[in-house]
Amino acid sequence: MKRRLFAQWPGALVLVMGFAGAHSAWAQTEESPDALVKRISTEVLDTIKSDRGIQAGDMAKVIALVENKIIPHVNFERMTASSVGPGWRQATPEQRKRLQEEFKTLLVRTYAGALTQVTDQVIVVKPMRAAPDDKEVIARTEVKGRGDPIQLDYRLEKTAGQGAGWKIYNFNVLGVWMVETYKSQFVAEINAKGIDGLITSLTERNKSNARKS
Amino acid sequence: MSLTWVLIKLKLAIFRIAKNARIALTIFAFGLLSACATVPAGQVNDPLEPYNRVMYGFNDGLDILLIKPAATVYKTVLPGFVRQAFGNFFANLGEPWVAVNAALQFKGAAMLETVMRFGVNTFFGFGGVIDVAGGMGIERRNEDFGQTLGYWGAGPGPYVVWPFFGPSTFRDTFGLGADFLGDPLNRDPNVLTTERDTLSIIRLLDFRANLLKAGNLLDEVALDRYTFTRDVYLQRRQSLVFDGNEPAEPDPSSPESESAPAASRANETRAEPSK
Repeated sequence: MKRRLFAQWPGALVLVMGFAGAHSAWAQTEESPDALVKRISTEVLDTIKSDRGIQAGDMAKVIALVENKIIPHVNFERMTASSVGPGWRQATPEQRKRLQEEFKTLLVRTYAGALTQVTDQVIVVKPMRAAPDDKEVIARTEVKGRGDPIQLDYRLEKTAGQGAGWKIYNFNVLGVWMVETYKSQFVAEINAKGIDGLITSLTERNKSNARKS
Repeated sequence: MSLTWVLIKLKLAIFRIAKNARIALTIFAFGLLSACATVPAGQVNDPLEPYNRVMYGFNDGLDILLIKPAATVYKTVLPGFVRQAFGNFFANLGEPWVAVNAALQFKGAAMLETVMRFGVNTFFGFGGVIDVAGGMGIERRNEDFGQTLGYWGAGPGPYVVWPFFGPSTFRDTFGLGADFLGDPLNRDPNVLTTERDTLSIIRLLDFRANLLKAGNLLDEVALDRYTFTRDVYLQRRQSLVFDGNEPAEPDPSSPESESAPAASRANETRAEPSK
Protein backbone atom coordinates (compact mmCIF):
# COMPACT_ATOMS: atom_id res chain seq x y z
CA MET A 1 0.00 0.00 0.00
CA LYS A 2 2.68 2.38 1.11
CA ARG A 3 4.89 1.45 -1.79
CA ARG A 4 2.21 2.15 -4.31
CA LEU A 5 1.64 5.52 -2.78
CA PHE A 6 5.31 6.37 -3.10
CA ALA A 7 5.40 5.04 -6.62
CA GLN A 8 2.79 7.59 -7.59
CA TRP A 9 4.74 10.45 -6.14
CA PRO A 10 7.10 11.22 -9.00
CA GLY A 11 4.19 11.21 -11.42
CA ALA A 12 2.22 13.66 -9.28
CA LEU A 13 5.26 15.85 -8.88
CA VAL A 14 5.79 16.05 -12.63
CA LEU A 15 2.13 16.92 -13.07
CA VAL A 16 2.27 19.70 -10.49
CA MET A 17 5.44 21.12 -11.98
CA GLY A 18 3.91 20.95 -15.40
CA PHE A 19 0.90 22.97 -14.23
CA ALA A 20 3.10 25.52 -12.54
CA GLY A 21 5.19 25.85 -15.68
CA ALA A 22 2.17 26.24 -17.90
CA HIS A 23 0.71 28.80 -15.58
CA SER A 24 3.78 31.00 -15.48
CA ALA A 25 4.14 30.73 -19.24
CA TRP A 26 0.56 31.94 -19.59
CA ALA A 27 1.21 34.81 -17.24
CA GLN A 28 4.30 35.87 -19.13
CA THR A 29 2.89 35.89 -22.63
CA GLU A 30 -0.12 38.03 -21.83
CA GLU A 31 -1.77 40.05 -19.12
CA SER A 32 -4.41 38.19 -17.12
CA PRO A 33 -7.95 39.65 -17.30
CA ASP A 34 -8.04 40.77 -13.67
CA ALA A 35 -4.63 42.42 -14.00
CA LEU A 36 -5.88 44.23 -17.11
CA VAL A 37 -8.99 45.50 -15.30
CA LYS A 38 -6.85 46.60 -12.38
CA ARG A 39 -4.40 48.43 -14.64
CA ILE A 40 -7.02 50.30 -16.69
CA SER A 41 -9.06 51.26 -13.60
CA THR A 42 -6.01 52.58 -11.78
CA GLU A 43 -4.80 54.52 -14.81
CA VAL A 44 -8.20 56.13 -15.34
CA LEU A 45 -8.72 57.01 -11.68
CA ASP A 46 -5.18 58.42 -11.38
CA THR A 47 -5.70 60.58 -14.46
CA ILE A 48 -8.96 61.98 -13.08
CA LYS A 49 -7.48 62.67 -9.66
CA SER A 50 -4.59 64.63 -11.19
CA ASP A 51 -6.61 66.54 -13.79
CA ARG A 52 -8.32 69.70 -12.60
CA GLY A 53 -10.15 70.16 -15.89
CA ILE A 54 -11.93 66.82 -15.47
CA GLN A 55 -12.73 67.53 -11.82
CA ALA A 56 -14.35 70.79 -12.92
CA GLY A 57 -16.61 68.76 -15.22
CA ASP A 58 -14.93 69.23 -18.62
CA MET A 59 -16.93 66.60 -20.51
CA ALA A 60 -14.83 66.74 -23.68
CA LYS A 61 -11.76 65.85 -21.66
CA VAL A 62 -13.42 62.94 -19.84
CA ILE A 63 -14.82 61.59 -23.09
CA ALA A 64 -11.35 61.72 -24.61
CA LEU A 65 -10.01 59.83 -21.60
CA VAL A 66 -12.64 57.10 -22.00
CA GLU A 67 -11.96 56.89 -25.76
CA ASN A 68 -8.21 56.54 -25.28
CA LYS A 69 -7.95 54.35 -22.19
CA ILE A 70 -11.06 52.20 -22.05
CA ILE A 71 -12.52 51.84 -25.54
CA PRO A 72 -9.49 49.94 -26.96
CA HIS A 73 -10.26 47.16 -24.45
CA VAL A 74 -13.97 46.88 -25.26
CA ASN A 75 -15.56 44.64 -27.88
CA PHE A 76 -18.32 47.01 -28.94
CA GLU A 77 -19.56 44.82 -31.74
CA ARG A 78 -20.38 41.98 -29.37
CA MET A 79 -21.82 44.37 -26.79
CA THR A 80 -24.15 45.91 -29.36
CA ALA A 81 -25.11 42.58 -30.93
CA SER A 82 -26.08 41.12 -27.52
CA SER A 83 -28.08 44.21 -26.59
CA VAL A 84 -29.95 44.33 -29.89
CA GLY A 85 -30.74 40.61 -29.63
CA PRO A 86 -32.40 38.65 -32.44
CA GLY A 87 -32.79 41.82 -34.55
CA TRP A 88 -29.03 41.93 -35.07
CA ARG A 89 -29.12 39.08 -37.54
CA GLN A 90 -31.63 40.88 -39.77
CA ALA A 91 -29.67 44.14 -39.71
CA THR A 92 -27.65 45.09 -42.77
CA PRO A 93 -23.91 45.80 -42.35
CA GLU A 94 -24.67 49.53 -42.67
CA GLN A 95 -27.37 49.34 -39.96
CA ARG A 96 -25.03 47.38 -37.71
CA LYS A 97 -22.36 50.00 -38.08
CA ARG A 98 -24.78 52.80 -37.22
CA LEU A 99 -26.21 50.92 -34.23
CA GLN A 100 -22.73 50.31 -32.90
CA GLU A 101 -21.70 53.95 -33.31
CA GLU A 102 -24.80 55.41 -31.65
CA PHE A 103 -24.78 52.91 -28.79
CA LYS A 104 -21.11 53.64 -28.22
CA THR A 105 -21.73 57.39 -28.07
CA LEU A 106 -24.54 56.84 -25.55
CA LEU A 107 -22.47 54.60 -23.29
CA VAL A 108 -19.29 56.67 -23.46
CA ARG A 109 -21.20 59.78 -22.44
CA THR A 110 -22.91 58.02 -19.55
CA TYR A 111 -19.66 56.50 -18.35
CA ALA A 112 -17.89 59.83 -18.65
CA GLY A 113 -20.66 61.46 -16.62
CA ALA A 114 -20.14 58.90 -13.86
CA LEU A 115 -16.38 59.47 -13.92
CA THR A 116 -16.76 63.21 -13.26
CA GLN A 117 -18.12 62.19 -9.82
CA VAL A 118 -14.86 60.49 -8.87
CA THR A 119 -13.13 62.02 -5.85
CA ASP A 120 -11.14 59.74 -3.58
CA GLN A 121 -12.29 56.31 -4.75
CA VAL A 122 -10.03 53.30 -5.22
CA ILE A 123 -10.68 50.07 -7.11
CA VAL A 124 -10.19 46.75 -5.37
CA VAL A 125 -10.01 43.72 -7.66
CA LYS A 126 -11.35 40.56 -6.03
CA PRO A 127 -9.59 37.22 -6.50
CA MET A 128 -10.72 35.67 -9.76
CA ARG A 129 -11.94 32.11 -10.11
CA ALA A 130 -10.90 31.03 -13.59
CA ALA A 131 -8.88 28.30 -15.22
CA PRO A 132 -5.90 29.33 -17.40
CA ASP A 133 -7.64 28.06 -20.55
CA ASP A 134 -10.92 29.90 -19.96
CA LYS A 135 -11.96 31.99 -22.95
CA GLU A 136 -14.59 34.00 -21.06
CA VAL A 137 -14.26 35.16 -17.49
CA ILE A 138 -15.84 37.51 -14.94
CA ALA A 139 -13.55 39.99 -13.20
CA ARG A 140 -15.11 41.30 -9.99
CA THR A 141 -14.13 44.62 -8.49
CA GLU A 142 -15.31 47.00 -5.82
CA VAL A 143 -15.20 50.78 -5.86
CA LYS A 144 -14.32 51.97 -2.39
CA GLY A 145 -14.77 55.54 -1.26
CA ARG A 146 -17.06 57.27 1.15
CA GLY A 147 -20.16 55.26 1.96
CA ASP A 148 -20.85 51.67 1.02
CA PRO A 149 -18.58 49.97 -1.53
CA ILE A 150 -20.00 49.70 -5.05
CA GLN A 151 -19.86 46.38 -6.86
CA LEU A 152 -18.49 46.67 -10.41
CA ASP A 153 -17.95 43.48 -12.45
CA TYR A 154 -16.74 42.90 -16.00
CA ARG A 155 -17.23 40.06 -18.44
CA LEU A 156 -14.17 39.61 -20.62
CA GLU A 157 -13.43 37.41 -23.59
CA LYS A 158 -10.10 36.30 -24.97
CA THR A 159 -9.60 37.51 -28.50
CA ALA A 160 -7.09 36.36 -31.04
CA GLY A 161 -5.58 38.04 -34.07
CA GLN A 162 -5.39 41.78 -34.44
CA GLY A 163 -5.28 43.61 -31.10
CA ALA A 164 -5.25 40.26 -29.31
CA GLY A 165 -5.88 40.09 -25.59
CA TRP A 166 -8.82 40.33 -23.22
CA LYS A 167 -11.77 42.48 -24.24
CA ILE A 168 -14.69 43.62 -22.10
CA TYR A 169 -18.09 42.77 -23.61
CA ASN A 170 -20.45 43.40 -20.67
CA PHE A 171 -20.25 44.93 -17.21
CA ASN A 172 -22.46 45.36 -14.18
CA VAL A 173 -22.92 48.01 -11.53
CA LEU A 174 -24.37 46.73 -8.23
CA GLY A 175 -25.37 43.52 -9.96
CA VAL A 176 -27.17 45.20 -12.85
CA TRP A 177 -25.78 44.08 -16.22
CA MET A 178 -25.56 46.69 -18.95
CA VAL A 179 -26.50 44.46 -21.90
CA GLU A 180 -29.52 42.93 -20.12
CA THR A 181 -30.75 46.38 -19.11
CA TYR A 182 -30.77 47.67 -22.68
CA LYS A 183 -32.07 44.50 -24.27
CA SER A 184 -35.81 44.81 -23.49
CA GLN A 185 -35.83 48.47 -24.53
CA PHE A 186 -34.08 47.68 -27.82
CA VAL A 187 -36.31 44.70 -28.57
CA ALA A 188 -39.44 46.78 -27.85
CA GLU A 189 -38.16 49.57 -30.09
CA ILE A 190 -37.38 47.17 -32.96
CA ASN A 191 -40.78 45.48 -32.62
CA ALA A 192 -42.55 48.84 -32.81
CA LYS A 193 -40.46 50.76 -35.34
CA GLY A 194 -37.94 48.39 -36.86
CA ILE A 195 -34.15 48.59 -36.79
CA ASP A 196 -34.10 52.02 -38.42
CA GLY A 197 -36.53 53.18 -35.75
CA LEU A 198 -34.08 52.07 -33.04
CA ILE A 199 -31.22 53.85 -34.81
CA THR A 200 -33.31 57.04 -34.97
CA SER A 201 -34.22 56.84 -31.27
CA LEU A 202 -30.59 56.34 -30.26
CA THR A 203 -29.46 59.21 -32.47
CA GLU A 204 -32.07 61.54 -31.00
CA ARG A 205 -31.16 60.56 -27.47
CA ASN A 206 -27.49 61.31 -28.19
CA LYS A 207 -28.35 64.67 -29.76
CA SER A 208 -30.42 65.76 -26.79
CA ASN A 209 -27.71 64.57 -24.38
CA ALA A 210 -25.07 66.55 -26.29
CA ARG A 211 -27.21 69.71 -26.13
CA LYS A 212 -27.42 69.47 -22.33
CA SER A 213 -23.71 69.72 -21.66
CA MET B 1 -14.69 13.03 25.80
CA SER B 2 -12.95 16.32 25.51
CA LEU B 3 -14.70 19.64 25.40
CA THR B 4 -13.73 20.15 21.76
CA TRP B 5 -15.45 16.91 20.88
CA VAL B 6 -18.64 18.04 22.60
CA LEU B 7 -18.49 21.35 20.80
CA ILE B 8 -18.05 19.66 17.44
CA LYS B 9 -21.04 17.41 18.17
CA LEU B 10 -23.09 20.41 19.20
CA LYS B 11 -22.11 22.31 16.08
CA LEU B 12 -23.09 19.40 13.86
CA ALA B 13 -26.45 19.10 15.60
CA ILE B 14 -27.12 22.81 15.14
CA PHE B 15 -26.10 22.54 11.54
CA ARG B 16 -28.53 19.66 10.98
CA ILE B 17 -31.37 21.57 12.60
CA ALA B 18 -30.57 24.63 10.53
CA LYS B 19 -30.54 22.53 7.37
CA ASN B 20 -33.92 20.96 8.18
CA ALA B 21 -35.35 24.33 9.11
CA ARG B 22 -34.19 25.70 5.80
CA ILE B 23 -35.88 22.94 3.86
CA ALA B 24 -39.09 23.46 5.85
CA LEU B 25 -38.95 27.19 5.26
CA THR B 26 -38.32 26.65 1.57
CA ILE B 27 -41.42 24.48 1.32
CA PHE B 28 -43.37 27.08 3.24
CA ALA B 29 -42.14 29.88 1.02
CA PHE B 30 -42.99 27.88 -2.10
CA GLY B 31 -46.49 27.30 -0.78
CA LEU B 32 -46.85 30.96 0.05
CA LEU B 33 -45.79 32.19 -3.32
CA SER B 34 -46.76 29.39 -5.64
CA ALA B 35 -49.21 31.84 -7.14
CA CYS B 36 -46.27 33.75 -8.55
CA ALA B 37 -45.81 31.65 -11.64
CA THR B 38 -42.36 31.46 -13.12
CA VAL B 39 -41.63 32.89 -16.51
CA PRO B 40 -39.23 31.45 -19.09
CA ALA B 41 -35.73 32.84 -18.80
CA GLY B 42 -35.04 35.95 -20.84
CA GLN B 43 -38.60 37.18 -20.56
CA VAL B 44 -39.63 39.81 -18.04
CA ASN B 45 -42.52 38.90 -15.77
CA ASP B 46 -44.68 42.01 -16.08
CA PRO B 47 -48.32 41.11 -16.76
CA LEU B 48 -49.48 44.27 -14.95
CA GLU B 49 -47.55 46.56 -17.30
CA PRO B 50 -50.48 48.83 -18.31
CA TYR B 51 -51.36 49.50 -14.64
CA ASN B 52 -47.69 49.72 -13.68
CA ARG B 53 -47.00 52.35 -16.32
CA VAL B 54 -49.82 54.54 -15.02
CA MET B 55 -48.56 54.19 -11.45
CA TYR B 56 -45.00 54.90 -12.59
CA GLY B 57 -46.26 58.12 -14.13
CA PHE B 58 -48.09 59.01 -10.93
CA ASN B 59 -44.98 58.46 -8.77
CA ASP B 60 -42.89 60.39 -11.26
CA GLY B 61 -45.28 63.34 -11.09
CA LEU B 62 -45.28 63.22 -7.31
CA ASP B 63 -41.49 63.28 -7.35
CA ILE B 64 -41.25 66.19 -9.75
CA LEU B 65 -43.88 68.29 -7.99
CA LEU B 66 -43.15 67.56 -4.35
CA ILE B 67 -40.38 65.21 -3.26
CA LYS B 68 -37.55 66.36 -5.51
CA PRO B 69 -38.01 70.08 -4.74
CA ALA B 70 -38.25 69.32 -1.02
CA ALA B 71 -35.11 67.16 -1.16
CA THR B 72 -33.31 69.94 -3.04
CA VAL B 73 -34.18 72.39 -0.28
CA TYR B 74 -33.08 69.86 2.37
CA LYS B 75 -29.74 69.43 0.61
CA THR B 76 -29.22 73.18 0.14
CA VAL B 77 -30.13 74.16 3.69
CA LEU B 78 -28.31 71.50 5.68
CA PRO B 79 -24.51 71.19 5.59
CA GLY B 80 -23.02 67.88 4.42
CA PHE B 81 -21.97 66.61 7.84
CA VAL B 82 -25.48 67.06 9.25
CA ARG B 83 -26.99 65.11 6.37
CA GLN B 84 -24.33 62.45 6.85
CA ALA B 85 -25.30 62.25 10.53
CA PHE B 86 -28.99 61.84 9.65
CA GLY B 87 -28.14 59.18 7.09
CA ASN B 88 -26.01 57.26 9.61
CA PHE B 89 -28.71 57.58 12.26
CA PHE B 90 -31.42 56.05 10.06
CA ALA B 91 -29.10 53.33 8.78
CA ASN B 92 -28.30 52.45 12.41
CA LEU B 93 -32.00 52.25 13.29
CA GLY B 94 -32.37 49.67 10.56
CA GLU B 95 -29.48 47.44 11.73
CA PRO B 96 -31.45 45.22 14.16
CA TRP B 97 -33.85 44.27 11.38
CA VAL B 98 -30.89 43.61 9.06
CA ALA B 99 -29.47 41.30 11.75
CA VAL B 100 -32.80 39.47 12.05
CA ASN B 101 -32.86 38.88 8.31
CA ALA B 102 -29.22 37.79 8.24
CA ALA B 103 -30.12 35.28 10.96
CA LEU B 104 -33.16 34.07 9.01
CA GLN B 105 -30.81 33.42 6.09
CA PHE B 106 -28.34 31.57 8.35
CA LYS B 107 -25.61 34.11 7.62
CA GLY B 108 -23.86 33.90 10.97
CA ALA B 109 -20.96 36.22 10.21
CA ALA B 110 -23.21 38.86 8.68
CA MET B 111 -25.53 38.69 11.66
CA LEU B 112 -22.75 39.02 14.23
CA GLU B 113 -21.13 41.88 12.34
CA THR B 114 -24.44 43.71 12.10
CA VAL B 115 -25.15 43.26 15.80
CA MET B 116 -21.63 44.52 16.50
CA ARG B 117 -22.15 47.50 14.19
CA PHE B 118 -25.37 48.38 16.00
CA GLY B 119 -23.74 48.11 19.43
CA VAL B 120 -20.60 50.03 18.53
CA ASN B 121 -22.41 52.77 16.62
CA THR B 122 -25.17 53.22 19.17
CA PHE B 123 -22.81 53.53 22.13
CA PHE B 124 -19.65 55.00 20.65
CA GLY B 125 -21.27 56.77 17.70
CA PHE B 126 -23.70 58.83 19.79
CA GLY B 127 -26.84 56.90 18.98
CA GLY B 128 -25.72 55.97 15.48
CA VAL B 129 -24.91 59.47 14.28
CA ILE B 130 -21.30 58.49 13.55
CA ASP B 131 -20.49 55.25 11.75
CA VAL B 132 -17.63 54.20 14.04
CA ALA B 133 -17.88 50.54 13.03
CA GLY B 134 -17.60 51.48 9.34
CA GLY B 135 -14.35 53.23 10.12
CA MET B 136 -13.19 50.02 11.77
CA GLY B 137 -13.81 48.18 8.52
CA ILE B 138 -17.06 46.43 9.51
CA GLU B 139 -19.18 47.12 6.48
CA ARG B 140 -22.92 47.59 6.49
CA ARG B 141 -24.91 44.64 5.15
CA ASN B 142 -27.93 44.97 2.93
CA GLU B 143 -30.64 42.53 4.02
CA ASP B 144 -34.42 42.80 4.16
CA PHE B 145 -37.34 40.41 4.33
CA GLY B 146 -37.82 40.31 0.56
CA GLN B 147 -34.26 38.98 0.29
CA THR B 148 -34.97 36.48 3.05
CA LEU B 149 -37.97 35.15 1.10
CA GLY B 150 -35.74 34.95 -1.97
CA TYR B 151 -33.12 33.05 0.01
CA TRP B 152 -35.78 30.57 1.11
CA GLY B 153 -36.49 29.91 -2.53
CA ALA B 154 -39.38 32.21 -3.40
CA GLY B 155 -39.15 33.66 -6.90
CA PRO B 156 -39.82 37.37 -7.39
CA GLY B 157 -43.17 36.88 -9.09
CA PRO B 158 -44.69 39.61 -11.27
CA TYR B 159 -43.28 43.13 -11.21
CA VAL B 160 -45.55 45.69 -9.63
CA VAL B 161 -45.32 49.46 -9.10
CA TRP B 162 -46.97 50.74 -5.92
CA PRO B 163 -48.11 54.32 -5.43
CA PHE B 164 -45.60 56.15 -3.17
CA PHE B 165 -43.44 53.03 -2.63
CA GLY B 166 -42.42 52.59 -6.26
CA PRO B 167 -40.97 49.48 -7.95
CA SER B 168 -41.56 46.11 -6.30
CA THR B 169 -42.49 42.52 -7.02
CA PHE B 170 -45.05 40.22 -5.43
CA ARG B 171 -42.33 38.75 -3.25
CA ASP B 172 -40.87 42.10 -2.28
CA THR B 173 -44.36 43.37 -1.41
CA PHE B 174 -44.61 40.66 1.25
CA GLY B 175 -41.11 41.69 2.26
CA LEU B 176 -42.06 45.35 2.46
CA GLY B 177 -44.92 44.49 4.84
CA ALA B 178 -42.58 42.60 7.16
CA ASP B 179 -39.94 45.35 6.89
CA PHE B 180 -42.55 47.87 7.94
CA LEU B 181 -43.28 45.83 11.07
CA GLY B 182 -39.55 45.48 11.72
CA ASP B 183 -38.99 49.22 11.46
CA PRO B 184 -38.40 50.70 14.95
CA LEU B 185 -39.99 53.97 13.83
CA ASN B 186 -43.27 52.11 13.41
CA ARG B 187 -42.93 49.68 16.30
CA ASP B 188 -41.49 51.53 19.23
CA PRO B 189 -44.43 52.71 21.42
CA ASN B 190 -42.14 55.31 22.99
CA VAL B 191 -41.94 57.22 19.74
CA LEU B 192 -44.63 59.90 19.60
CA THR B 193 -46.70 60.30 16.47
CA THR B 194 -45.36 63.75 15.64
CA GLU B 195 -41.77 62.63 16.16
CA ARG B 196 -42.43 59.59 14.07
CA ASP B 197 -43.82 61.64 11.22
CA THR B 198 -40.96 64.14 11.38
CA LEU B 199 -38.35 61.37 11.40
CA SER B 200 -40.08 59.54 8.55
CA ILE B 201 -40.12 62.71 6.45
CA ILE B 202 -36.45 63.46 7.16
CA ARG B 203 -35.60 59.86 6.23
CA LEU B 204 -37.42 60.21 2.93
CA LEU B 205 -35.78 63.56 2.14
CA ASP B 206 -32.35 62.21 3.05
CA PHE B 207 -32.87 59.21 0.78
CA ARG B 208 -34.03 61.39 -2.11
CA ALA B 209 -31.29 64.00 -1.57
CA ASN B 210 -28.64 61.30 -1.99
CA LEU B 211 -30.07 60.55 -5.42
CA LEU B 212 -30.01 64.18 -6.59
CA LYS B 213 -26.40 63.88 -7.73
CA ALA B 214 -27.46 61.24 -10.22
CA GLY B 215 -29.47 64.11 -11.68
CA ASN B 216 -31.21 63.40 -14.91
CA LEU B 217 -29.14 60.31 -15.58
CA LEU B 218 -32.28 58.29 -16.20
CA ASP B 219 -33.36 60.74 -18.89
CA GLU B 220 -29.98 60.46 -20.55
CA VAL B 221 -29.39 56.72 -20.54
CA ALA B 222 -32.87 55.29 -21.03
CA LEU B 223 -34.83 54.98 -24.24
CA ASP B 224 -37.87 54.09 -22.15
CA ARG B 225 -37.65 55.13 -18.51
CA TYR B 226 -40.28 52.65 -17.34
CA THR B 227 -38.58 49.62 -18.89
CA PHE B 228 -35.15 50.77 -17.81
CA THR B 229 -36.24 51.26 -14.18
CA ARG B 230 -38.00 47.91 -14.14
CA ASP B 231 -35.08 45.94 -15.55
CA VAL B 232 -32.60 47.64 -13.23
CA TYR B 233 -34.83 46.99 -10.20
CA LEU B 234 -35.35 43.31 -10.99
CA GLN B 235 -31.64 42.66 -11.61
CA ARG B 236 -30.59 44.57 -8.51
CA ARG B 237 -32.96 42.60 -6.29
CA GLN B 238 -31.81 39.31 -7.80
CA SER B 239 -28.21 40.34 -7.12
CA LEU B 240 -29.02 41.26 -3.51
CA VAL B 241 -30.69 37.90 -2.87
CA PHE B 242 -27.46 36.20 -3.92
CA ASP B 243 -25.21 38.82 -2.29
CA GLY B 244 -23.63 39.68 -5.63
CA ASN B 245 -22.88 36.04 -6.51
CA GLU B 246 -25.97 35.29 -8.54
CA PRO B 247 -25.68 32.35 -10.91
CA ALA B 248 -24.50 33.82 -14.20
CA GLU B 249 -27.22 33.61 -16.80
CA PRO B 250 -26.09 32.11 -20.06
CA ASP B 251 -24.80 35.33 -21.51
CA PRO B 252 -26.65 36.51 -24.58
CA SER B 253 -23.44 36.40 -26.54
CA SER B 254 -23.43 37.58 -30.10
CA PRO B 255 -26.39 35.92 -31.83
CA GLU B 256 -24.02 35.00 -34.63
CA SER B 257 -21.99 32.67 -32.43
CA GLU B 258 -24.73 30.66 -30.80
CA SER B 259 -22.55 27.57 -30.89
CA ALA B 260 -20.76 27.59 -27.53
CA PRO B 261 -22.73 28.97 -24.62
CA ALA B 262 -21.01 26.41 -22.36
CA ALA B 263 -17.79 28.38 -22.46
CA SER B 264 -19.45 31.43 -20.99
CA ARG B 265 -20.51 29.40 -18.01
CA ALA B 266 -17.06 28.08 -17.24
CA ASN B 267 -16.43 30.92 -14.84
CA GLU B 268 -19.88 30.76 -13.33
CA THR B 269 -20.22 31.10 -9.60
CA ARG B 270 -22.13 28.69 -7.42
CA ALA B 271 -25.82 28.33 -8.11
CA GLU B 272 -26.85 27.95 -4.47
CA PRO B 273 -27.24 31.13 -2.48
CA SER B 274 -25.96 29.39 0.65
CA LYS B 275 -23.29 31.15 2.64
